[in-house]
Amino acid sequence: MVTVTTIKSAAETALDSAFERLAGVLPGAGAERRAAFARYAERGLPHRRVEEWKYTDLRAAMREAAPLAERPASVPAGTIDLGAPRFVIANGHVVSAPEKLPDGMTATPLREALTGGHPALSALGDPLAAGNAAVDLNTAFMTDGLIVEVASDRSMDSPVHIAFHNTGDAPFATAARVLVRVGAGASVTLLETHQGPDGVAYQTNTMVEIVAGDGAKVEHARLNAEGGAAIVLSTLSLRLGRETELTTVNGVFGAALSRHQVFATFGGENARASINGMALLSGSQHADSTLVVDHAEPGGESRELFRTVVDDEAAGVFQGKIIVRQKAQKTDGRMMSGALLLGEASAMYNKPELEIFADDVACAHGATCGALDEDLLFYLMARGLPKPEAEALLLQAFVGEVVETVGNGAMQDALIARIETWLRARAAR
Amino acid sequence: MPAVQETIDQVRAIDVTEYKYGFETLIESEKAPKGLNEDTVRFISAKKGDPEWMTEWRLDAFRRWQTMREPNWARVHYPPIDFQDAYYYAAPKASEGPKSLDEIDPAILDTYKKLGIPLREQEILAGVAPQNRVAVDAVFDSVSVATTFKEELKKAGVIFCSISEAIREHPELVRKYLGTVVPVTDNFYATLNSAVFTDGSFVYVPEGVRCPMELSTYFRINEKNTGQFERTLIIADKGSYVSYLEGCTAPMRDENQLHAAVVELIALDDAEIKYSTVQNWYPGDSEGRGGIYNFVTKRGDCRGRNSKISWTQVETGSAITWKYPSCILRGEGSRGEFYSIAVSNGMQQVDSGTKMIHLGKNTTSRIISKGISAGRSQNTYRGLVSAHRKAANARNFTNCDSLLIGDKCGAHTVPYIESKTSTAVFEHEATTSKISEDQMFYCLQRGLSEEEATALIVNGFVKDVLQQLPMEFAVEAQKLISISLEGSVG
Repeated sequence: MVTVTTIKSAAETALDSAFERLAGVLPGAGAERRAAFARYAERGLPHRRVEEWKYTDLRAAMREAAPLAERPASVPAGTIDLGAPRFVIANGHVVSAPEKLPDGMTATPLREALTGGHPALSALGDPLAAGNAAVDLNTAFMTDGLIVEVASDRSMDSPVHIAFHNTGDAPFATAARVLVRVGAGASVTLLETHQGPDGVAYQTNTMVEIVAGDGAKVEHARLNAEGGAAIVLSTLSLRLGRETELTTVNGVFGAALSRHQVFATFGGENARASINGMALLSGSQHADSTLVVDHAEPGGESRELFRTVVDDEAAGVFQGKIIVRQKAQKTDGRMMSGALLLGEASAMYNKPELEIFADDVACAHGATCGALDEDLLFYLMARGLPKPEAEALLLQAFVGEVVETVGNGAMQDALIARIETWLRARAAR
Repeated sequence: MPAVQETIDQVRAIDVTEYKYGFETLIESEKAPKGLNEDTVRFISAKKGDPEWMTEWRLDAFRRWQTMREPNWARVHYPPIDFQDAYYYAAPKASEGPKSLDEIDPAILDTYKKLGIPLREQEILAGVAPQNRVAVDAVFDSVSVATTFKEELKKAGVIFCSISEAIREHPELVRKYLGTVVPVTDNFYATLNSAVFTDGSFVYVPEGVRCPMELSTYFRINEKNTGQFERTLIIADKGSYVSYLEGCTAPMRDENQLHAAVVELIALDDAEIKYSTVQNWYPGDSEGRGGIYNFVTKRGDCRGRNSKISWTQVETGSAITWKYPSCILRGEGSRGEFYSIAVSNGMQQVDSGTKMIHLGKNTTSRIISKGISAGRSQNTYRGLVSAHRKAANARNFTNCDSLLIGDKCGAHTVPYIESKTSTAVFEHEATTSKISEDQMFYCLQRGLSEEEATALIVNGFVKDVLQQLPMEFAVEAQKLISISLEGSVG
């Protein structure tokens, strides 16, 4: 047998030396950081021979590892405002917090918590994401972020917006981490926006963890409006209690390469989650949506709806896995991924997986991909719509189904505005 | 929704403890020395009377195999296999090229009789055996012991013989096609097979010929501690048609035995190959002791325009199944089909599925897979549908359903759907309620309930294919057809 020794890539070598240099400087959690980095280092950056990263070869895409960004002195200009109380996390550091938080909500900057200690810290980390390189790298390098706590049985009177804004002229890297603990019976809406400069090859790795108590209601929406040259890794960890209800929607417009991972654990009976996403891709963009839904308790219901529009030479990836454990009888899981390929060289990779160990469940998945329906186009054009407009209408309807699942009006408007901009740009090409 | 009682009973009837083919035939046999090295390969090659090019081909494969690693991506778990602790060649003594059936050891003929496979043409013609006339190539451990109806096939111009005979008698055809669909270095087990394959069937159907009868091979592992490595090569020349069936069984033993076959199909312009398998290798006992490790590479190449390859499989046996009959749709307008029913019981592990690789324009494929797991078994469907950039207007429809009986087993689905052209339309679904909307509408309109309509459409579809299996192979298949779709979990 021939043993294969992998030669470290430039990015891997740079990550090694960056960690060595920064291990003592980064705030707190020294042992956790070292353990996480060691787990990552064992296998290095994931590549196409690693099953979960088969379609997103991070090792090949990340030629360099950029240095961690500095903390900007103030809120960068142009940070997205959704008219809700807003935290601004610039380059991985909290630079602004709302003057007034909704009643029943408290927030602590993660940096402060890591250095000074915080009771919620023990909730950091998701066992379902064990061994995931993006998560381990985030844990190893996290610079700052938030710990948000929502008191039990309180209904928040306004949504909370966390705006991640990356700025800089030369390549840089950021690693922010947010933990949201929602008390039993509480309800909250969380909005995330991510933006950054076009033309700068920056790398971001964020992780948001939402731990929702029994009977809590959580609405979460995320907008990826990152710069066109960025490599964007993001992880959303969802841990649901008994009868928790949660909706999350991710809208992807930006980044050269993006990968949004969702790890959802149904840790209590009769929890319900709806996990949705849409992406509009053009040029040579590559967007990956990966999700793992783990039904560990009986009676859970999960709905996943993903819509991807791929133009030019762009590529879309959808990997969804529903696990139903032996105990999780009466689980109802439905996953659907649809893709429209517009360019001749557009590509879509679908991998909807089911892993079922209980016999009294209803699980289904579907995946389709193809071009715009000629009949529908013909129908619209026969009614006098020019082709570009007819196409735009159909595309809007296609991703619209996902946008409709966003409960927050301001976020919905922001997504619709981006969709319209994208369609106008497409028509102009 | 849990499985209905009727289904549970039917699956129980084919449980591992009910394995009917577990007897052993006591005959003297000749074996290669235990273990695997270049000498073993040369020994096999000499036994088979290979020409020099074949010996070299095998040795080259063996050298490459030594540099390869066992694949570990499938959802199957087993202790490491000691490839040196097995015999790679076992043949019934004095069976080297029997002139007629009378020269074959009666014990072997008896074995096939017990299995329900008639080898005597006169018996078949006299109506002793079932009516359907099927030409059979019987492979016993490492050698082909008999091939029936050769003369009649010859009249039609069809060549049907063992692969070792083909290597000697038709080297030009073998050299032209062998290893062109499954290259020598395709994967660990295919490479091992290339080095040590002992027998298997060879079929050549000349241009414009519709093969006058069904062809079949019946594989039997009898000897202890041996592996079976057969190689099948089927070539359908322009405009021809052939239907081929394969059956397999083995005695009950506490040890695990290895079966690593390679099957290559080649369909030229307008040709059609239909390949059906009823796989019933010994699955091991209810505690998971013994059973066959079935690591098989099966692949068809639709090389010509409008060619068609269809795989049908009924899988009930083997301790471990690792098998993905695939179609390379190269010719313009070619079509690939895969119909599968995989039932796992006891401690069986199945990781099976298909690959439909669309390379040519206007290629179409269809995948229908039903997995049923019971006992403590694990049943995985793993499939790939891909469209190359030039595969304009490629179409695929995939439907895979699985059913669990009991809460100690698992059913998994791992489909890969890769499209690199905008005009390809791929649909994958795993719900029984979502078949073609048109068909559904038609049935509903005529007063059927949605469930009745679904059962009618899918069952009717599967039945259609399975009914074409001859009766002697279809005992298990027939039982499975009636399994209700109720309780499908996607």
